Amino acid sequence: MKPGHPPGHPLEDLLRTDRIPSIWCPGCGIGTAFSSCLTAIKESKIDPKKVVMVSGIGCSGRAAGYVKLDSFHTTHGRAIPFATGLKLARPDLTVIVFSGDGDLFAIGGNHFIHAARRNIDITVVCVNNFNYGMTGGQAAATTPSMAKTPTTPYGNPETPFNLPLMAYASGAVYVARWTILHSRDLTESINESLTKTGFSFIEVLSPCPVNYGRRNKEKPLDTLKIYKDRTIIKNKAHPTQVDLDYEKGIILGKFVDVDRPTFGESYAKICRQDKPE
Amino acid sequence: MKPAINTGEYFITGDVACAEGALAAGCRFFGGYPITPATEIAEHLSVRLPKVGGTFIQMEDEIAAMAAVLGASWGGVKSMTATSGPGFSLMMENIGLGICTETPCVVVNVQRVGPSTGLPTQGAQGDMMQARWGSHGHYEIIALAPFSPQELFYQTIHAFNLSETYRLPVLIMTDEMVGHMSEKVIIPDAKKIKTVSRCKPKGRKNRFKLYEPGPNLVAPMPAAGEGYNIHVTGLTHDTRGYPDMTVETHKQMMDRLIGKIRGNLNDIIQTESYRLDDAEIAIVSYGISARTSSAAVDEARKRGIKAGLLRLITVWPFPEDKIRELANRVKGFVTVEINLGQIHLEVQRCIGGKVPAFLVGDAGGAVIPPDRVLEVLKEAF
Amino acid sequence: MKFWRVPLDADEIHVSKGIVYILEDRCKGCGYCIEFCPQQVLEFSSQFNKKGYHLPSVKKPDDCLNCHYCEIICPEFAIYSVKVTCEPADNTEGLEIITTTRKN
Repeated sequence: MKPGHPPGHPLEDLLRTDRIPSIWCPGCGIGTAFSSCLTAIKESKIDPKKVVMVSGIGCSGRAAGYVKLDSFHTTHGRAIPFATGLKLARPDLTVIVFSGDGDLFAIGGNHFIHAARRNIDITVVCVNNFNYGMTGGQAAATTPSMAKTPTTPYGNPETPFNLPLMAYASGAVYVARWTILHSRDLTESINESLTKTGFSFIEVLSPCPVNYGRRNKEKPLDTLKIYKDRTIIKNKAHPTQVDLDYEKGIILGKFVDVDRPTFGESYAKICRQDKPE
Repeated sequence: MKPAINTGEYFITGDVACAEGALAAGCRFFGGYPITPATEIAEHLSVRLPKVGGTFIQMEDEIAAMAAVLGASWGGVKSMTATSGPGFSLMMENIGLGICTETPCVVVNVQRVGPSTGLPTQGAQGDMMQARWGSHGHYEIIALAPFSPQELFYQTIHAFNLSETYRLPVLIMTDEMVGHMSEKVIIPDAKKIKTVSRCKPKGRKNRFKLYEPGPNLVAPMPAAGEGYNIHVTGLTHDTRGYPDMTVETHKQMMDRLIGKIRGNLNDIIQTESYRLDDAEIAIVSYGISARTSSAAVDEARKRGIKAGLLRLITVWPFPEDKIRELANRVKGFVTVEINLGQIHLEVQRCIGGKVPAFLVGDAGGAVIPPDRVLEVLKEAF
Repeated sequence: MKFWRVPLDADEIHVSKGIVYILEDRCKGCGYCIEFCPQQVLEFSSQFNKKGYHLPSVKKPDDCLNCHYCEIICPEFAIYSVKVTCEPADNTEGLEIITTTRKN
């Protein structure tokens, strides 16, 4: 490789480079999770023409605007039902929902559990940064107890969701959790779930230094050091055992990988075929 | 596979006629949620769609139903949902997304009494202004108000054709009475049904711009998976479809969203005149109330009152020119509708005080009897 | 690469080498590439980009093993490494900073 003639970034062909740099703040982890997702799409060898990304609203929701694939930036919380309609209309497409914790689990929580229950054949990547970044860092359904946010000034009195448990209990066939620091594992998980049939869910823990970190005395590098020092990789850990506990250690890994018929498969078998009268 | 068009003569409800109309128009995706009095549309399509290569899904709520309909439409499949007042309220945000992203689809509202849960599940026509302005921001919408099961069949086909032509959600604002009424419905031969499909882009894919308008200010629409790398967003976007947070771009986008409807009013608006040629009093009505009104016109004529009916098949965009033209030659207007004055306000606006306008309205729950219209005709003029 | 003892098959192991490229205009100076480079190849430079962010710079170009971790952890698609096929004779060219704005 001659200096002066540098090759482009390896993900250049999957990026709308005319829209980069992104709106994400310095140290925000969404870009890393997004990058993993793009690498996984590449490595999966699926024809990019047949890969679609759907996002909701919020910082993570902007991902759809940076990917050079067919991409849809929908309303707040509704990426999953939009993706459901798209996938059922076009079973030949590989559909990825890339969105944030506020979008997918507070306003969109109902859609998540039902898509998992129906086993809609989509991959949901949730960037969990524990707060509503775009609106200024308010508490989300994932904000740790006692954490300070602009709407929990005395500390969060609520208990957060254990997302992998929710996915598992709702019927997801693939459930994993990684942090942005574990990007190789994350990429591998996304790659696996893209080729897996059924509802896959991947939670990505990610720093929000400007809105969450600042109020909870965590600099971006501190957050990543927590991900390095206080995480335990435990594949096949039971989802009931993986609630986020920084004292005991955050459990990462692939927790669920099972098979059951998707909505599309069951619909074809039960509803489409003519039965003898 | 079974035939999508069941040619023949039937005695069916408006709801079933609507479902058959959708199939005839080429609808192959329905996402819905049960709500009386629209449920029969979903039930009928749950039987029929899988047998004609389509998909029916009962979603977890109306918000999801509307989102799924938009998703399916971007998959290149004609799609629709059907609901009533409370569900219509829940669909509003995603109807706005459909308008902003120019997504063809059909939303049927079989109106019942509101506000809130109201008087389930008797009929009303109280969602007409919600149909016009229910989603936030300024926009133009197309809403149709058929008055019989047979017309519901045809107007459902027409709604799909309009939505595919102008790329927006088209609303069918029927009512419980028409939805639940059984009448003779003729489903014609497939060859006699005219259907329209969205214009597809031509030319080089790498130069393609998602919102570069063609004729009529409407841009050709690719589906997902065709290699155009489209980006579709509810944010203000430029002709490429890219978000652009500037006042100028917003104005350009709005000019087109509004212009494609306002510039094609003659193609969009349909009304029907009944004994209006020599009329001195014009009754304006739509949906079930138009049946009340035509009976009242006949009754009035018997008594020497020269009344006529302007029946709105298209309610939105509002047939302003037609009302203004009538205002120059009649002595007054009477609007008949099962609410306490919605389209009446539009009629008043258009006649601008030239002649008096009266409302025969009702809080909802029952059909307005022709006698009530007749009383106003006798007393007011 | 330094070993605390020389493996018996040391001469058979091919250690890959990389060149790091930095797309200056994309960088937001988070420092993740610097902190998590397993070979500590990078450091903060005193240079700013157009938006005023501190860029990384290559401190030890010889030590880059082309593991791509900087590329993977970077949230901004602003850094990547490319495999050097043959041992560069002179490693002073081991770093390229691309200063032009890329517009496609």
